[in-house]
Amino acid sequence: MSITKTTTGVVETTKSNGGFTGAAANYIDERTSISTAVKELGRKIFPDHWSFLLGEVALYSFVIILLSGTFLTFFFSASMAPVHYEGSYVPLKGVEMSAAMSSSLNISFDIRGGLLMRQVHHWAALLFVASIGLHMLRIYFTGAFRKPRELNWVIGFILFILAMAEGFTGYSLPDDLLSGNGLRIIDGMVKGIPLVGTWISFLLFGGEFPGEAIVGRLYSLHILLLPAIIIALIAMHLLFVVVHKHTQYPGAGRTNQNVVGYPVLPVYAAKAGGFFFIVFGVVMLMASLFTINPIWNYGPYDPSPVSAGTQPDWYIGFADGALRLIPPGLEFVWLDRTWSFNILIPLVSLGLFILVVLIYPFIEAWVTGDKREHHILDRPRNAPTRTAIGAAGVTFYAALWSTASSDIIATHFHVTMEGVIHACQFATIVGPFIAFFVAKRVCLALQKKDREIVLHGYESGRIVRLPGGEYIEVHQPVDEYERWKLVSYSDYKPLMIRPNDQGRITAGQRVRGGLSRWFFEDRIVPVTTTELEQSHGDHH
Amino acid sequence: MATDDNSGKDLTAADSGAGHNPANAGTAVVVRDAVDNPGFPPHRPRVTDLNPSAERRAERTVYTLFYLSIVGSVFAIAAYMAFPIVDTDPGSVRLNNLFIGLGLALALLAIGIGAVHWGKALMSDHEGIDVRHPVRGSEETRARAVEIFAEANEESGIGRRSLIRNSLIGALIAFPLPAVVLFRGLGPMNENPSELLTHTMWTKGTRLAIDPTGTPIKASDVTLGSAFHVIPEGLQDLPSGRLEEKAKAAVLLMRLKPEDLNELPERAGWSYDGIVAYSKICTHVGCPVALYEQQTHHLLCPCHQSQFDVSNHCEVIFGPAKRPLPQLPIAVDSEGYLIAQSDFTEPVGPSFWERH
Repeated sequence: MSITKTTTGVVETTKSNGGFTGAAANYIDERTSISTAVKELGRKIFPDHWSFLLGEVALYSFVIILLSGTFLTFFFSASMAPVHYEGSYVPLKGVEMSAAMSSSLNISFDIRGGLLMRQVHHWAALLFVASIGLHMLRIYFTGAFRKPRELNWVIGFILFILAMAEGFTGYSLPDDLLSGNGLRIIDGMVKGIPLVGTWISFLLFGGEFPGEAIVGRLYSLHILLLPAIIIALIAMHLLFVVVHKHTQYPGAGRTNQNVVGYPVLPVYAAKAGGFFFIVFGVVMLMASLFTINPIWNYGPYDPSPVSAGTQPDWYIGFADGALRLIPPGLEFVWLDRTWSFNILIPLVSLGLFILVVLIYPFIEAWVTGDKREHHILDRPRNAPTRTAIGAAGVTFYAALWSTASSDIIATHFHVTMEGVIHACQFATIVGPFIAFFVAKRVCLALQKKDREIVLHGYESGRIVRLPGGEYIEVHQPVDEYERWKLVSYSDYKPLMIRPNDQGRITAGQRVRGGLSRWFFEDRIVPVTTTELEQSHGDHH
Repeated sequence: MATDDNSGKDLTAADSGAGHNPANAGTAVVVRDAVDNPGFPPHRPRVTDLNPSAERRAERTVYTLFYLSIVGSVFAIAAYMAFPIVDTDPGSVRLNNLFIGLGLALALLAIGIGAVHWGKALMSDHEGIDVRHPVRGSEETRARAVEIFAEANEESGIGRRSLIRNSLIGALIAFPLPAVVLFRGLGPMNENPSELLTHTMWTKGTRLAIDPTGTPIKASDVTLGSAFHVIPEGLQDLPSGRLEEKAKAAVLLMRLKPEDLNELPERAGWSYDGIVAYSKICTHVGCPVALYEQQTHHLLCPCHQSQFDVSNHCEVIFGPAKRPLPQLPIAVDSEGYLIAQSDFTEPVGPSFWERH
């Protein structure tokens, strides 16, 4: 590196003997001031935990998608102009199809490594949405969305929606039979929207379905607009991670005012950088071993045929399942217009579900009234109601998702199609309540067990016979480091509603009080030092 | 009340929220006699720290993996050349995919595993500590920010000169509106979607033809229990818009025993000798209702499992669809071919707002 000396306003640099690296570093720094960034970020600390890798998987699969997708754009032709297929896949030779389908087949059968890149792209896309979903669950169940990270939750959730949009637009591009039926379903859903639906569909498809415009339009969204927004939001998302510093799990020595872990240089550069290659390698392995989206089996899109057991990519399943769950007869003509509640109910309920997830951090912050920053993660058991709400949400989503496979379930398990749908309807409506109750009780029981361990030690497995003939199992006290994990959590009590300055209790206060009671009426308080002292010598 | 909810006293001189008032903890319970944070547990050295031969082994593993990665890359390039795609051999695509992919996977995984192993086994494993500061700016910074806005307001007069401000807001709201109008051009002008959706290619006298060959169907060809996928004759010869027409005009043709057919009185003349024709496009969201159960005379839509009963004018017996599949009135022409009596008498396919 170089030493900078200032004499009478002139900056002089003296070369140190860093050789080429030093000279290059000096050259760049004198033009970019990059040493500031290295100083600020080079030894930045990141805590270690396997669950923190989920977000990394999402980021890396996005990079893989960009790399493989760029390769595909060089060969893909986003046109629905009819052509006769003349590539080397014999069963479809001479068949009329769109240029999009024909070029997708050429990527698969005529370009070396083309099929591999297509499969890398598709597998990475499936992994992208899956890892965002799991990352969000980790954030949710550990309470990492609390102040100051509420806005980053919102950004991340928008990224989740955009990832699904990217998935759907990409999945529709090859213009094969399966994706064409997917677009047909979108068209039917859009047409079911009151007032504007017919026109939105007309404009989207550039006329009547399917038209010759939709693939080109989805292509613009898929490779330009949506990726640009995603990249901008990812940049913001990561910027906030730097600003907030990473959260950490409770542990001895860790506080709300520190971050304990390894520095970016060198440990995290090696581990996180290496992890990118591992994710890429696993995706590559899947792409070379497992077929995904064999469009040549489906054939080109045609509005008349369809294959039994059609299913969208996994992340669209919950929406498709919601459509299947609607019982017959929910469509009416009223005021000389058609009201398609068989489409509106799924659309509105999924919209509400998404909205609740999006604003959940603000709801919880309002209920607790807690304005402190939270950098220590909650163990899920220590926030029983939140965990139970999460379990209910997961159950709701899972029930919708499994409904998307109702016909496959019926044929595989030899049960009736109607029976599966009725079971899924039951699971969607009642399942979340059961999940809520069970998860909450499990959390409370685990908290009680933690208390028990802190106060009375853990079961050592050593059985001792007392002089009187009684057998007891010796309980060993946990060490203070282990104990800290069990006792350090924030505890809330239900809100006592009080009249405001005008002596009135507002409706908002009542709602908040009710929610607060629902959240915190069942609570297990953390062990205090007083209790610890009282329990001393009580380890059996 | 402390802002430090973990009572992390001694560690890293944690002075939480220095410089501003402690934040409100809401309904959180702050306990006075909470258990103290015991501080960091003693550091446990790794086997590579204690045993030099383990360290050398780890080093060997790391560089072997990196060399292996080079082997993988070279293998992928070799596979690209050694396993070309041969036009006449469909299996060649699989080999090309498999071996390029395996080479690349090895190249990537070996770098990744090597780097992670290097980080975990050989790099210093002493944890570092960063001190957090409140996310909000310091009091001086915040005061200065407020001051800057006040100065900008003063110097521009945006608060004072309300006419300038309000007209600017108006202009900014108005200027994107032309862009919205431009999007009308996404769909063709001078066409009305709901008008288009109410008509199909079927007219009086159009012959029913087999999908996809376009061969007309004779009534005598339709044996009892059979089902035909049907398009209007001439669809294949349309210069353009074939898929759009097909998406509305696709029909399923089935022959049932006349006694099994429970026809509506107003549709008495719409079938021919037990042969009935129904739109193939689901009235739910428009998938083709392609699965016919010959024994029960039920049609099943594979997308969302709506079921229609052909013997009862295709009414919905299960699933999210509401309306029966529209029926195409058919007859037989002088040469014995099946023809349409007219277009469908109602719009086919998914419901839309203007439908009534």
